[in-house]
Amino acid sequence: MRGTRRKQEGRWAWRLTGFVTVCVYIFMFAPIVATVILSFNASMFGGFPMTGFSLQWYGKLMANEAVLAAFRTSLWIALVTAIVTTAIGVTTAFALVRFDFRGKQALSTLVILPALVPETILGVGLLVLIKAVDQPRTMLLLVLGHILLAVPYVVLIAQARMIGIRRVYEEAALSLGASRFSSFREITLPLLIPAVVGGALLAFTISFDNTSASLFWRPAGVETMPTQILSMLKISISPEINALGTVMILVTVGIPLIGGLILQSLTKLRRRGEPKEETQ
Amino acid sequence: MKRRWTLYDPRLAWMLVAPVLLLLIFFLVLPIAVMGAYTFFTFVTAGVETSALTTANWHEFLTDSYYHGFLLKTLRVGALTALLCGVLGYFPAYFIWATTFKHKWLLLLLLIVPFWISFTIRTFSWINILGEQGVINVALLKMGIINEPLPMLYNEGAVILGMLHFLLPYMILNVYVSLESIDRTLISAARSMGCTSAQAFREVTLPLSLPGLAAGLLLCFVLAAGSYVTPQLLGSGRDALFGNLIYDTIMGELNWPMGATLSIVLFVVLGFFAAVYTRYMGMSQIVKGLGG
Repeated sequence: MRGTRRKQEGRWAWRLTGFVTVCVYIFMFAPIVATVILSFNASMFGGFPMTGFSLQWYGKLMANEAVLAAFRTSLWIALVTAIVTTAIGVTTAFALVRFDFRGKQALSTLVILPALVPETILGVGLLVLIKAVDQPRTMLLLVLGHILLAVPYVVLIAQARMIGIRRVYEEAALSLGASRFSSFREITLPLLIPAVVGGALLAFTISFDNTSASLFWRPAGVETMPTQILSMLKISISPEINALGTVMILVTVGIPLIGGLILQSLTKLRRRGEPKEETQ
Repeated sequence: MKRRWTLYDPRLAWMLVAPVLLLLIFFLVLPIAVMGAYTFFTFVTAGVETSALTTANWHEFLTDSYYHGFLLKTLRVGALTALLCGVLGYFPAYFIWATTFKHKWLLLLLLIVPFWISFTIRTFSWINILGEQGVINVALLKMGIINEPLPMLYNEGAVILGMLHFLLPYMILNVYVSLESIDRTLISAARSMGCTSAQAFREVTLPLSLPGLAAGLLLCFVLAAGSYVTPQLLGSGRDALFGNLIYDTIMGELNWPMGATLSIVLFVVLGFFAAVYTRYMGMSQIVKGLGG
């Protein structure tokens, strides 16, 4: 008797867990779904009820010069950030995993700090430094700032992958006469590819999304996509904003998904081409 | 005499880490140090200050209860948000870990997708749910339950809801990572020794997942207490947090020394919590949570 009641309790606990899980997922996606639906609303006002299906807000968006300029700016910044962060992040991860040097522990702590220190503080700090040495805010500053914000994630991802790559592969290439650089390029880098692509994509979205720090760092008159949205929101919630949000979601969710799919099919192709001896 | 280069020469390591190291020094360490010095500068008028050293900024911060109120409110909102994240985030993390559902990867992917969606968009999308023309109000009006739209936006509840929305994935992933590292045979062992599933959870699973929960709590607390955009979009003027205060002091009043002082205060306070955490838990769990 008691046994069955206990089993019953366990089942109810499991059901509760499932129920809360479903609620949390709904909670996370309901506002996003509502925004996407509203972007097709024919109504003049950015809200419910739906009065009909229309693409007019997308048309309006395409004609909005300020939005297009902000989009181009963000795209460029994010691209440069992704490329540079991946390059310097991967070499740092390589050094942190393969080498032993004094201060290594301190450096690996320091490198994740930008992810933990609130952006407001990072934002103010850099501005104060610039003001102290009497320099203007420039595009370069904004890009370097974005790189700083993305570096911890790229290093962590590359480090995690790097630990799984045995150093004997590189050392074998070296002992056969390869140079340091070509052993890295021919052996280590191909094995690191998933981390490189993953890190680059993450760096791209971190830069493309960044709001708080960009508000501090952007040069006068420059708007990135998020700061443009923020300044549009100060006026009102128009359906145009919902359309803009939907486009942004397509870009930032689409790119990583497509990247992941390409990566998956690439590895599948390679697997098919080679006999299966990859597992050590 | 020059030393010969060895295979894993520290000098080569320094060359490899140099770009990141320089970036960290010039964009992280130096700014915070200069900011520390700026807290002792004298504020003259908007945008102008002199390097005559003074403790006036610190005096103002320490004596004016206006600032204390802001700090306490920020810590309270941050703590409340982190706790709610912990309670609500544990269930999905446990569910994903324990489920035998074939497409578990989909549940995990759905947790990562929000990280790709612009934070600004995720935040303002709540206006479409809670606003006067949002889903809830329009539905309730249609059903005739209410006559006037409920004022659900622009209050502290909305701010906490928005932060919960953006912090939950962090929490769930942190707890999940730590659940995943539990040796499942421990649980079967507990069960075979006569534990009920509830006992096994309480005695084995829960304690072993605490590091992830603690890392998640710290991360959520720090990110919530440092937030700027969420109170700006979903709160009224009264719901401004410390981040908004800093922004207004610097970008609005152009009082740089005071802005620097407030930033250092927030940095030290949040740093204190992080230090207490690392003292007991170490850094590794946070690293695991961030790296995925």
